[in-house]
Amino acid sequence: MTTATADFDVRRHDSLGLRIQHVLHANPVLGPLAVLIVAIIAFSIVNSRFFSAPNLSLVLAQVTVIATLALGQTLVILTAGIDLSAGAIAVFSSILMANFCTKLNMPGLLALLLGFACGTAMGAVNGALVTRIKLPPFIVTLGTLTIFFSLNSVVSRSETVRGSDMPDLMTWTGTTIPIGNFRLTYGSIIMLALFAYFFYALSSTAWGKHVYATGDDIEAARLAGIQTSRVLFSVYTVAGLLYAVAGWILIGRLASASPNVGVDYNLDSITAVVLGGTSLFGGRGSVLGTLIGALIVGVFRNGLQLAGVEVVWQGFAIGLLVLIAVSLDQWIRKVKT
Amino acid sequence: MRDLFMPRAGRLVAAGCAATLVLGTAACGGGDSGGGDSGGGGAGTIVGLITKTDTNPFFVKMKEGAQQQAQKQGVQLQTFAGKQDGDNEAQVQAIENLISAGAKGFLITPSDSKAIVPSIDKAKQQDMLVIALDTPTDPPDAVDATFATDNYQAGKLIGQWAKAKFDKGGKQAKIALLDLNANQVSVDVQRDQGFLEGFGIDVKDKARIGDESDPRIAGHDVTDGAEDGGRTAMENLLQKDPAINLVYTINEPAAAGAYQALKAAGKEKDVTIVSVDGGCPGVDNVTKKVIGATSMQFPLKMAQMGVDAIAAYAKDGTKPEKSVDTGVQLITDEPQDGVDSKDSAWGKQNCWG
Amino acid sequence: MSTEAAAARGGGSATANGAPVLQAKNLTKRYGKVTAIDGSDLELYPNEILAVIGDNGAGKSSLIKALSGALIPDSGEIYLDGQQVHFRTPMDARSAGIETVYQTLAVAPGLDIADNLFLGREERRPGVLGSVFRMLDRKHMRSEAKRHMNELGVATLQNIGQAVESLSGGQRQAVAVARSAAFGSKVVILDEPTAALGVKEGNRVLQLIRDVRDRGLPVILISHNMPHVFEVADRIHIQRLGRRATVITPKSHSMSEAVAIMTGAAPPPPHSA
Repeated sequence: MTTATADFDVRRHDSLGLRIQHVLHANPVLGPLAVLIVAIIAFSIVNSRFFSAPNLSLVLAQVTVIATLALGQTLVILTAGIDLSAGAIAVFSSILMANFCTKLNMPGLLALLLGFACGTAMGAVNGALVTRIKLPPFIVTLGTLTIFFSLNSVVSRSETVRGSDMPDLMTWTGTTIPIGNFRLTYGSIIMLALFAYFFYALSSTAWGKHVYATGDDIEAARLAGIQTSRVLFSVYTVAGLLYAVAGWILIGRLASASPNVGVDYNLDSITAVVLGGTSLFGGRGSVLGTLIGALIVGVFRNGLQLAGVEVVWQGFAIGLLVLIAVSLDQWIRKVKT
Repeated sequence: MRDLFMPRAGRLVAAGCAATLVLGTAACGGGDSGGGDSGGGGAGTIVGLITKTDTNPFFVKMKEGAQQQAQKQGVQLQTFAGKQDGDNEAQVQAIENLISAGAKGFLITPSDSKAIVPSIDKAKQQDMLVIALDTPTDPPDAVDATFATDNYQAGKLIGQWAKAKFDKGGKQAKIALLDLNANQVSVDVQRDQGFLEGFGIDVKDKARIGDESDPRIAGHDVTDGAEDGGRTAMENLLQKDPAINLVYTINEPAAAGAYQALKAAGKEKDVTIVSVDGGCPGVDNVTKKVIGATSMQFPLKMAQMGVDAIAAYAKDGTKPEKSVDTGVQLITDEPQDGVDSKDSAWGKQNCWG
Repeated sequence: MSTEAAAARGGGSATANGAPVLQAKNLTKRYGKVTAIDGSDLELYPNEILAVIGDNGAGKSSLIKALSGALIPDSGEIYLDGQQVHFRTPMDARSAGIETVYQTLAVAPGLDIADNLFLGREERRPGVLGSVFRMLDRKHMRSEAKRHMNELGVATLQNIGQAVESLSGGQRQAVAVARSAAFGSKVVILDEPTAALGVKEGNRVLQLIRDVRDRGLPVILISHNMPHVFEVADRIHIQRLGRRATVITPKSHSMSEAVAIMTGAAPPPPHSA
């Protein structure tokens, strides 16, 4: 009813570059999505075998473990943190659950749940160190990475546990079911369900808003009344649980629990998050982007092999993509007010 | 807000403790001094064992063999390992530690055959006996002796076996090669090229993987020597060429992963997998018909010979033979004419891990 | 010190009506050997803008932090609406109705206007969706955000769903001020609201502050900007050497006189509480 007393300036007319910047800023998923689509088209042209239901199902199965790890990693990176122990927690959890049901003869379900609990606890250790001792997440998870990795060697004695020695529940995630012409593993279905759940949680719950606010500007969040310590602790703990689930899915894929796998998982999970447009500085990004990022890596690996490109260039391509993604993120962040 | 009231000193102490814990663990992860592992007191002679990692079962068994032999010989064994394959730094530090500990000599599986040589020279200047195990240095005579598997021969045996099998069945081969990584490391190159030569394929440059042009080769991919890499590599190669019926793998974990991929594609009965290692899980896989044939290595023998050699050197200065091939034995349950092999039952008796 | 304390009491002009909404008595805070506030008082009356000015080190920000719950004083009392209160955290102060807009604004740049308005006080959907699924009622929060902004006369924000970082400094300040006025608060404290703004936007924010007061919320305004202080304040609390030196009004004293009292160049006049 009152005339607008505080009448602020309307935005000026922008150039195309600025407009693209704004669009990408509002929807950081568009960049990665474009890359994924272009890659799929390109690889399909080079080798028609690429764009077939069996092959695409394969790519999905191949990225499932990394995608699950990357989901937990996304939560951590959204708070401007980083988790270098992701792979170590996943592999160690898988070894623990495998040993629970073989050496300790526990029933499958109990071993599985206990394995999840262990992963969650490991995540909680990270969370406690970050929020209590207030060390930077990089340092904390660098330390816990080594600790969990060493414990992994000790517990497993470097031995692989065979799938045939474990209850069926352990390897269940590797079972496939046909959906139309596609063959999905239960592991992939679990992964997609988890992504859907966290997509919802981050966008439509107070917790989600607090995660973004904490990552965006932790002081501002604190002053606004958010209990940032609790938010940070919850993020690392939930991530630990997700890593343990990834460990379970890994057992299904390999039909065994091996302590020596996943050497690169820590970095691979971060790569997927970064390629998906989530900013390493916190507060920007989405889990949808991470899923796309994981798919990009899988598509490139599979597509380049089908195209007959030498393996050494696969790593080169991914590295280049990461640099482009981070540079793009920097550019997008520069949106002027 | 409570942060305002936590005294500065308290926070510094907490940070200091955590930092020490972190750094201490990181340091321990890189090298573990197993001093006193093998008691017996002995003459106080210190023998070192430096492996690439302490997680790969191959090196775990090597270490166990060395420890047992050290006990027998009454010498003290100190063990070290890198964090991962290629961790040269940790091995350099290990050599320095052994020099200051006054070790009489050490055994080493070099992570980087070239880069470790300067450190080895330092050790030899101290009159230490240095023996390379499993992987030669570059140049090979940088060390006093090398006790290793002839990896080329290991590859050749499985290649010859596969050729005989395919010729017998009159089958045309379509070959997938699952290698270690993109770095062209010696063990990777030797096994891959040995296999191809054994099979009768022109390898062009023996020191390079992937320069062949024989149409029987469907493709190469890398596995990192583990199950997950094996599975993904096999899946992608199979997509590239569904007619693949022979798979060479760098080691048995990669083979296990490849098998899972074949099984998921329903092809496990039609495809033959060959591998190298001779670990007990791998031999089990031969019994289970997962792996058609594998070349067995003898890491325990390497370690035992190595410890014996250094003990002898410490006693009276005798140096061992410059190079000993610790042997490769083909293990298979489908013996082929013209290729000597032993069955998996024998393999079970002599496997490691 | 004691002569000054004596001089700080007594007459002087003040427009006090009724009982104070917020009152601080004898607040003290020491950090080791350093005394931040030393027996400081403050009164805030209904429907007024009280500016708090003082040189660096005068204890201005510590005093305000004590009132907003960001600092627990060693001794002294705080009364809100006549009742004594003890704040252990900023949340306590906020729950009691004291809203503070910090210099840094405490907005999450990546979240939108509605999200920021409700940050820490999000509304959930009624029923199962809210309690079990914890789903936020975005539509309602958005419409409420629009309403609050309009009531404060802040129109022409193109899109209530746009990220706060894409707003100008003045617009962001408006969001932060709207947030402080929106939740049944009793007192609004603004810390250097015009410091980072240009002339035009600064004046608009001053108008915003007047609107808040006119809607019935008393405002404590901390500022270094003398022209702004003199333009908008009803009374001016001058903080010096850890305690209140005096309270003046824009009518009773000039800007240079105020600055002189602040820096100690001139003795503070006595004032009536």
